[in-house]
Amino acid sequence: MTQARERKTWETTSAQATFALGEALGRSLVGGLVVGLVGSLGAGKTQLVKGIAAGNAVDDVRKVTSPTFTLVHEYPGRFCLYHVDVYRLAGAAELIALGFDELLQPDTVVVVEWADRVHSAIPSEALWVELIPKGETSRTVTLDATGEAAIRCLDDLRAGQLHLNCLAEDPE
Amino acid sequence: MTTILGIETSCDETAAAVVVDGKDVRSNIVASQVDLHRKYGGVVPEIASRAHIERLDAVIEEAFDAAGCSHGHIDAIAVTNRPGLVGALLIGVTAAKTLSWVWGKPLVAVDHIEAHACSPAMGLDQPPWPAVGLIVSGGHTSLFRIDQPTSITLLGATTDDAAGEAFDKVAAILGLSYPGGPEIERIAQNGDPMAVDFPRTMLAPNSLDFSFSGIKTAVLYHVHGQGRTTGGLEKLSPQDIADIAASFQRAVIDVLVRKTMLAICQTGLPTVVLGGGVAANRVLRSALATACSERDLDFHAAKMAYCTDNAAMIAALGYHLLVSGDVAGLDLDAYATGAVPRR
Repeated sequence: MTQARERKTWETTSAQATFALGEALGRSLVGGLVVGLVGSLGAGKTQLVKGIAAGNAVDDVRKVTSPTFTLVHEYPGRFCLYHVDVYRLAGAAELIALGFDELLQPDTVVVVEWADRVHSAIPSEALWVELIPKGETSRTVTLDATGEAAIRCLDDLRAGQLHLNCLAEDPE
Repeated sequence: MTTILGIETSCDETAAAVVVDGKDVRSNIVASQVDLHRKYGGVVPEIASRAHIERLDAVIEEAFDAAGCSHGHIDAIAVTNRPGLVGALLIGVTAAKTLSWVWGKPLVAVDHIEAHACSPAMGLDQPPWPAVGLIVSGGHTSLFRIDQPTSITLLGATTDDAAGEAFDKVAAILGLSYPGGPEIERIAQNGDPMAVDFPRTMLAPNSLDFSFSGIKTAVLYHVHGQGRTTGGLEKLSPQDIADIAASFQRAVIDVLVRKTMLAICQTGLPTVVLGGGVAANRVLRSALATACSERDLDFHAAKMAYCTDNAAMIAALGYHLLVSGDVAGLDLDAYATGAVPRR
């Protein structure tokens, strides 16, 4: 049986718009969700996480910074938000050795930067977000939800007031 | 004479040190993984808690041996309990609690970033406080007001990437080896710092916060072309790469120096101290020293051995906390986030 899956793509034309998309996503989060971020250096992954944190009611998004060196950041909010960056890790086994599984709880949301480098550690039911630069500040952002929780999050996001250019929906 | 054993396991390094009276470093042992980093081409082979467990006993023993003393000579154990990876911190905290109980010595909890902020005082005859402290590393870029080691206030911090992270990621963009910070500094010696005018992100006019993600992206697009992330590096000559490295380094250091001087203007303090892994960068040290001497300010940079993560700075700050009566119980826990309040 194949798992339920939904996809949707937005175009953001500025860092602020990427933040706004993240904020809408942060408002739609579901407990226990894993969000895997994919995108090259400078694609705006940390900027998107700042938005997610704002939407999740984290008190001061200035504190949402890159965990490349520190590996895991923790921000209390509506859900406890774990911000993980695997840029320095060699693979999924190292992420597991860091105690990744212990972060995944019903009342937490775990966002992983460079998640495609640790694919086997990410649960099969997850929300994947890919950021592709199209110019200096514009990005194509594709959300790909597998499983009930991730699809609920994506549906909520779609139903919300989001003044961003939606490019494509459910291309399959 | 008060002797402290310091223990540090907050991230990559397993470290222990013996320090007398908060400034006289008798030993400073760091089980560095940098050689392993190089061997594995830029990624950390194992940053698991297991690495700390395997190393910590031997590192503590080595710290005692190098200091020529044993646990009978120490007056307290100081341990990093925040901020960092909770699993990694817990190894040091659990070891420190156990030793505190077995040896009957008091336990002191130390904030890793506060310890970096106080690290420039180690080895000085006179404490440099009050001072503005600039702490720059791979994980942190912060300005502090340090009235005393036990009274530290955060004035500003990075809102995205730390300066050291920008050095490392720009080194990756330029195809340089890991660790990237020293490589950028090395090849920048042959480059023209005025060759490329990279952005100096200052944020709001009076802000003491930092932002270094924009310059990382600016270097990326300078190398590959606007909106492109690949394909440009092969077209650059070694001189082009040296010029980019020098221009990037100059831009980051300009921002660090300007913000530090802004903190001096806002606080009216007479002294600047510099610590953290990027404080090992000689161009930064000399730029800050020049800016300070132009304004008749005292300037103290942490000694090279205390720039990167180490336990001597933990023992040093632990001494001041012990003297002020700030002793932890055996219920001490580890925390991912720091305790330093914002102004």
